[in-house]
Amino acid sequence: MTYISKPTVHHPALRKNELGLTRRDYEGAITTLCAGCGHDSITAAIIQAFWELSIAPHKVAKLSGIGCSSKTPAYFLREAHGFNGVHGRMPALVTGANAANRDVIYIGISGDGDSLSIGLGHLCHAIRRNVNVLYVLENNGVYGLTKGQFSASADPGSLSKKGEANTMEAIDGCLLALTLGATFVARSFSGDKGQLVPILKAGLAHNGFAFVDVISPCVTFNDHEGSTKSYAYTREKNVEVVAADFVLPTAAITTAYDPGSVHSVVLHDGSTVRLRKVDDDYDPTDPDRSYTFIRERHKEGEVVTGLLYISPDSSDVHEQNQTVEMPLTKVPYEQLCPGSAELEKLQRGFR
Amino acid sequence: MDRVNQFAFKIATANGTGSASANSLIMQAIFRMGIPVTGKNVFPSNIQGLPTWYEIRVDKHGYTARTPTFDLMVALNPATYQKDVQEVRSGGWLMYDSTWPLDARLTRPDVAYLGIPLADMCNARFSGSRERILMKNIAYAGALAALLGMDTSIIRALLTEKYSRKPALKDSNQQAVDLGFEYARKHFPCPLPIHLEAMDKTTDSILIDGNTASALGCLYAGATVGAWYPITPATSLMEAFKSFCQKFRRDPETKRNRFAILQAEDEIAAVGMVIGAGWAGARAFTSTAGPGISLMNEFIGLAYYGEVPAVIFDVQRAGPSTGMPTRTQQGDLMLCAYASHGDTRHICLYPADPREAFEIAVAAFDLAERFQTPVFVLSDLDIGMNDWMIPKLTWNDAYRPDRGKVLSPEELETARTFHRYLDSDGDGIPYRTLPGEHPKGAYFTRGSGHNRYGGYTEDGDEYADVLDRIDRKIQRAARAVPPPIVRTAPGATIGLLTVGGCHAACVEALDQLAREGLAIDYMRVRGFPFGDDVARFLASHELVFVVEQNRDAQLRSLLMLETDTNADKLESVRYYAGFPMSAHHVVAGVKAKLERAA
Repeated sequence: MTYISKPTVHHPALRKNELGLTRRDYEGAITTLCAGCGHDSITAAIIQAFWELSIAPHKVAKLSGIGCSSKTPAYFLREAHGFNGVHGRMPALVTGANAANRDVIYIGISGDGDSLSIGLGHLCHAIRRNVNVLYVLENNGVYGLTKGQFSASADPGSLSKKGEANTMEAIDGCLLALTLGATFVARSFSGDKGQLVPILKAGLAHNGFAFVDVISPCVTFNDHEGSTKSYAYTREKNVEVVAADFVLPTAAITTAYDPGSVHSVVLHDGSTVRLRKVDDDYDPTDPDRSYTFIRERHKEGEVVTGLLYISPDSSDVHEQNQTVEMPLTKVPYEQLCPGSAELEKLQRGFR
Repeated sequence: MDRVNQFAFKIATANGTGSASANSLIMQAIFRMGIPVTGKNVFPSNIQGLPTWYEIRVDKHGYTARTPTFDLMVALNPATYQKDVQEVRSGGWLMYDSTWPLDARLTRPDVAYLGIPLADMCNARFSGSRERILMKNIAYAGALAALLGMDTSIIRALLTEKYSRKPALKDSNQQAVDLGFEYARKHFPCPLPIHLEAMDKTTDSILIDGNTASALGCLYAGATVGAWYPITPATSLMEAFKSFCQKFRRDPETKRNRFAILQAEDEIAAVGMVIGAGWAGARAFTSTAGPGISLMNEFIGLAYYGEVPAVIFDVQRAGPSTGMPTRTQQGDLMLCAYASHGDTRHICLYPADPREAFEIAVAAFDLAERFQTPVFVLSDLDIGMNDWMIPKLTWNDAYRPDRGKVLSPEELETARTFHRYLDSDGDGIPYRTLPGEHPKGAYFTRGSGHNRYGGYTEDGDEYADVLDRIDRKIQRAARAVPPPIVRTAPGATIGLLTVGGCHAACVEALDQLAREGLAIDYMRVRGFPFGDDVARFLASHELVFVVEQNRDAQLRSLLMLETDTNADKLESVRYYAGFPMSAHHVVAGVKAKLERAA
């Protein structure tokens, strides 16, 4: 029942962020997903990321489509506006909302059915437009709410709970995003909060479409032997190639890194993503090599994770369209309506 | 018999040969002579090569409906010559290019032939194949000027204005006009008995198409987000909006845009963007046609149930399916009234001409925000893409957008509680808030079952409570939509009710029937849900003709569904072949019924 709210009385010793808020202040209603669902871990990581960044919850809008994953915006940031739209078409809603008010921080939550089947086209075009949104694809390879059909991200040969093998090729959201010119592509695992939180923070700071594919096992329909999206499989096959650290513009850098292994990318707002290459062969700023690398490793049965690609000079849809800095919702009507004298003048051309 | 300022002619050419500029030159020249004129562009779904026609009706009384008979045919397309010859009235004229011999089998003894060697003359005067083709079409405008007695100084002025920055083009166009003009004057008795004489009937009027007028309405209403997918015949609406925005919506200092136009990947995304923008607090709209509405249905239901403002322009074309994209129809009346699955009912507005297209566009945004719901504006290809003579548009500078019940951050700060779907005022309209403004304003918009507090529900009573309130809200909008246009005839016991683009044909038909002694009251509805005045009109007449442009009598069905009127009282008059309706369609339909009854 998504309308059951959590108690808001907190332990006084809970840590507070710069706004004086505790993590509890970033929570939402109690989850109605199955116990152990990967999506709930992602929700926890999202709460952690917003809390660590000290973003006021009401400055955020959270949008989603339809499906298990799309229910989760109810479970975080209770003081943010939420929009649970139609199946697969959240990218259109967030594109419009962002066009109207570019000052709101947008997070879109989707699933593999939502993003890679029914809404595939919308996802592609939102990536092409580079809409400024943190887009989280909670990927479990299965349709949970309709009880266990394969989704488009299910790998060939992966077995369903009933033992049936998937025969079709999988759509890999990260590879797709790279071919479409995405400016921020990451993959993580719901079971690795340490990896996911910095990625989400970097995605929020990124000026453009931040695509984050999170393998998020479905404990009820896709966590068995033979599935390539189970906890066991993902734990075993997941290979982190780039670890991201997110550094706020104001923060002092305290950790010392071996300079040869660190690549820093300064984002739009002055914050820095420090990418520590775990794999020496990997270059997270070269989209073509990233693409080949992910594909090659996938053939070897590995699930490559980390902040896989980031473009430091990303220009979002507003920059492309040269929209005013002020949100369009805030432009006074007097600046929108040319008035009667101009209408009179204009109509001289209609004679 | 001379027919001064009351005749029609038709120009047959091939698409993409520049005939459009010649045709608009002729239209504008007649208009500037102060004579009421309308033009109907009959064009193919094609860019170059297929036949295209332009019909011009000159009428001193100001009737603007399409007329099916032509006094003069300018037959310049050999591909359609055979058909074009047949459309001239007996005793009429036919102009052709005499560069090539006329097939004797195509001549009619009751039509006068005016052969002008357009190609020969232009080949001799101009070089370059493209210029020769283009100038040939300007030359026929010159010939028409002589034959119809147009004021040549007006043509000269129009060319000077049009090519003010391209003097070379001005000169060649003027030369081509002169070629045609001189030839016609030398070889034929000019002017013909059908001709023009200056009047003063257009002083306070403009020539404009409905899509341009709607776009102006969006501009003046303060719309900032337009999302769309290109489709005939709605494309020119968003393109006009874009060009107006580029002119009026650039920040003078930064040169940045106070608007966002998003060309979406399909109509589904287009309406989704409009809904997203409306939810975030912008005035947002999309322009589309029937196929687009079909695709948008799911999202429309979300906006209805989630109570998000959105404005959807449906420039109707002939359906079903792809249908005839370049022909007009009123085939989406039912589709829009109840779009999407489940129980829905939508506010629909029906302009009849570009002036109403302007005013109704503004009203649409006010209604969408006041009632927090999608609003459809249903025009059609004839209104949207053809040039209409209408009284000048006016604007009241005191106008301010009706943003509806939106709680400000200050109001939220002092409010005790906020519940999104609570009917606190008893008018069916709840309060809403915008994202990014205040923690107390947060709520969840969802297309799934919700209760009056905005919470998810599967409880039948809670669900019905919200659904019933939305119904009350939309029914109340019947009082807020533009009222019907009514014209009463003394002693009339029968009525005629119509919608949108049938207006011109209906008023002309009613005048004609009145002259024959038949008094009929007239009502043109401009909004849905229908108000009490519509029900009263139906109840107070023993017989009501319902005139519309679709096969299935959709307006009549809406009247039957939404009022308690008996079916046998509503006599359907329909025309749906894709051309704009003519008065004779209405007259014939009315007479057929009355003769049957007699």
